[in-house]
Amino acid sequence: MERDDIIEYSLDSHHDEETGKKIRKKIVFVTVLLTVITAFEVGLGIIAADFAGFQWEMVKWTFIVLTLIKAAYIVLSFMHLGDERKSLRYVILAPYALFLIYLMFILFSEASVLFGIRQLLGL
Amino acid sequence: MAGEATKAIDTSTLWGGGRSPFSVSYGKMMMWFFLISDALTFGGLLVSLGFMKMKFADTWPKSEQIFYHFPGTHAHLPLAYVALMTFILIVSSVTMVLAVEAGHRMDRKNVILWLGLTVVGGIFFLGSQAWEWASYIAGPDGDLSTWADNASLAQNPYFAADGVTAGAVHYTQFFFFVTGFHGTHVFSGVVINFIILLNVIKGTYEKRGHYEMVEKVGLYWHFVDLVWVFVFTFYYLI
Repeated sequence: MERDDIIEYSLDSHHDEETGKKIRKKIVFVTVLLTVITAFEVGLGIIAADFAGFQWEMVKWTFIVLTLIKAAYIVLSFMHLGDERKSLRYVILAPYALFLIYLMFILFSEASVLFGIRQLLGL
Repeated sequence: MAGEATKAIDTSTLWGGGRSPFSVSYGKMMMWFFLISDALTFGGLLVSLGFMKMKFADTWPKSEQIFYHFPGTHAHLPLAYVALMTFILIVSSVTMVLAVEAGHRMDRKNVILWLGLTVVGGIFFLGSQAWEWASYIAGPDGDLSTWADNASLAQNPYFAADGVTAGAVHYTQFFFFVTGFHGTHVFSGVVINFIILLNVIKGTYEKRGHYEMVEKVGLYWHFVDLVWVFVFTFYYLI
């Protein structure tokens, strides 16, 4: 049955050959970037295998920043979230970020306390 | 992209009813909402992995010392195989985005080509994961048949970073939970991609006038890749 109360949006769902070329160029750029970052991460992981203390902290934060860059490219470019309306972008990203930052804060501060207790009691 | 989502429409029209204020179809928005809830599950898993890692910081094994096997060689290649798996998944994500792009041009032949390659990439990833699980379960001695020193949910045969202390059992538990849950997603993604591929071949979306369905399953597939990027960093690298 054909329903006429549903507005069928297939927005942004067509483009011509010209635009397609531009989009494909961007796809190739993102692909190369993701591959290079991954290769760099693996290389760094091997070099930093027996780092400790401050050095390891620096490497760890490099990994986290690089991962967030990769994630941003996948979400904004591959999943086209960068091309959507700003309101949709924030409806998706803001509550998620808020919740996860909260969860990380709670669990990681708890974990460091528990680590201290384990050391103290020799568990 | 010159489409509805980039058009300047004043707020009262946008939110006045009778249209999507986000300028997306119902199905696409629901796919995003599903992905948020799924991302929360994975977020919870990975944050609790971080919790255990911090709590057992002294007995947590170092992945560079454990993941150095590569099929067909006995060379010591830390993280090479995981990097290859990551690369396979990134490439299959790229073929997916190319399928979506071809769909926007109503280019059925190329959608079939790229979506088909995406399915193949997903199967390759699942195959490599099976090999990885086998070599991980086998433990440090590399022998799968000696049950007593295999990795399981109840037993961690790997040593902590110092090579002497027994490793925390949570190390193997989180390996099976995180990569297993992700692998389940990859599997269902492959199945869904394959169903959509059959529809494309049948010409369903040609008749419908747009390939938005490819875009929607594409969102799911990219999400699976996105999760792996985080698993790679937080389980294997850090």
